[in-house]
Amino acid sequence: MTFTTLFGLCGAGLVGLGLYGLICHPSVLRKILAFNVLGGGVFLLLGVIARRGGGVVLGADPGSDPVPQAIIITALVVAFAATVLAVALLLRLAGATGQATLDAEPSWRPSSPEKDL
Amino acid sequence: MNLALAADGFLALLILGLAIWTIAAHATYGAVVGFVAYGLLVALVWVRLSAVDVALTEAALGTGLTGMLLLGAAARLPREVVAPRSGRGLRLLFQMAVGVLCAGIAAGLAAIVLLLPEPTPTLAPQVAANLPTTGLGNPVTGVLLGFRAIDTLLEAVVLVLALIGLWSLAPDDAWGGRPAALRPRQPGSALVLLAQLLPPLGILVGIHLFWTGANHPGGAFQGGAVLAAMWVITLVAGLTKPPRVDQRWLRIVLVVGPALFLVIGLVGIWLAGAFLAYPEGYAKPLILVIEAALTLSIAAALGLLLAGPPEPVEPLGGQP
Repeated sequence: MTFTTLFGLCGAGLVGLGLYGLICHPSVLRKILAFNVLGGGVFLLLGVIARRGGGVVLGADPGSDPVPQAIIITALVVAFAATVLAVALLLRLAGATGQATLDAEPSWRPSSPEKDL
Repeated sequence: MNLALAADGFLALLILGLAIWTIAAHATYGAVVGFVAYGLLVALVWVRLSAVDVALTEAALGTGLTGMLLLGAAARLPREVVAPRSGRGLRLLFQMAVGVLCAGIAAGLAAIVLLLPEPTPTLAPQVAANLPTTGLGNPVTGVLLGFRAIDTLLEAVVLVLALIGLWSLAPDDAWGGRPAALRPRQPGSALVLLAQLLPPLGILVGIHLFWTGANHPGGAFQGGAVLAAMWVITLVAGLTKPPRVDQRWLRIVLVVGPALFLVIGLVGIWLAGAFLAYPEGYAKPLILVIEAALTLSIAAALGLLLAGPPEPVEPLGGQP
């Protein structure tokens, strides 16, 4: 196994973990965090492919394909912009409704007689 | 070689462990701290993958500024009340189903990684063949501002759009106010000292990253992110105030980078025969001019994105 394969597997794992958190976590801020982990995994996969492609620089360091690198840099900046917007929407939601989840059932509901299953 | 592989394996396990912590931790604050540590380790992986430009962006933007944003949000959000919910059994079943689905997707991606074609398709030789026409030494900058300049132009525009979106979330009476998300509560003296000592060095580092980006790892986005971080640290320490959002000079600073890029791109239609093409022999100076303007605009946009939407003006001088 080479180290590119190793980091590729790591990226695949990050995608799975991030997707799980994105779907399952009730808190929106945690969903945003999970979304960033998911994105990190995708970027890592792309980076592994770039490294396998080899680079422009000749010498001891074989380098990495610059085209995917440029795409990843663009993606990191866009991911940051999207995260800012998501956080701002969340803070506005929390300011307007007092809650920071997307659950349909309001968290203030009085305890109902039905028992937990 | 085997020792290096063991170290890489340790790094990958550490990253996966921190990602699990980020997803599973109870406290949101702890999860964000885990995310910042995760991001710094991912930046190390980028160095290992010979992508130093990406490592710089990841460390400055993906980890530093994003971590700061999320920490601020975690502190401002109301504490979540984990109320006992009905249907806990159903929820567990749902989580297990999602877990299986996500494990399946991860396994599919892992299989793709293991079965990647050999030799890997690559555009590096084309970049190497055409890089001399740009006069640049850093192939990544060559791709960003030469061969795929349209991506970079749109990316710079996306930052301005995100800022417009952020400011649109301000309540009506807040328009024309100052962003207040970074308003200092009680800055400790250590923070104030740091905010006085660090920016002179940080500004130099930011400008160096932009300037060196032509031939070495670095560039407008990395330099802009470092400059933005220096601005933000003085804001957090209360040494400077964020500008009012309705000021004209601020808007000019924000759009000068993308606008100059667009103008030079349009002029390229006449002088070089294609949108965003540079006339022969002038590529490098034009790219440096664009990058200088972009660095300024990106630093301003990133700092303002972190500073949040404007908040109502103080009673004195405010609208009725």
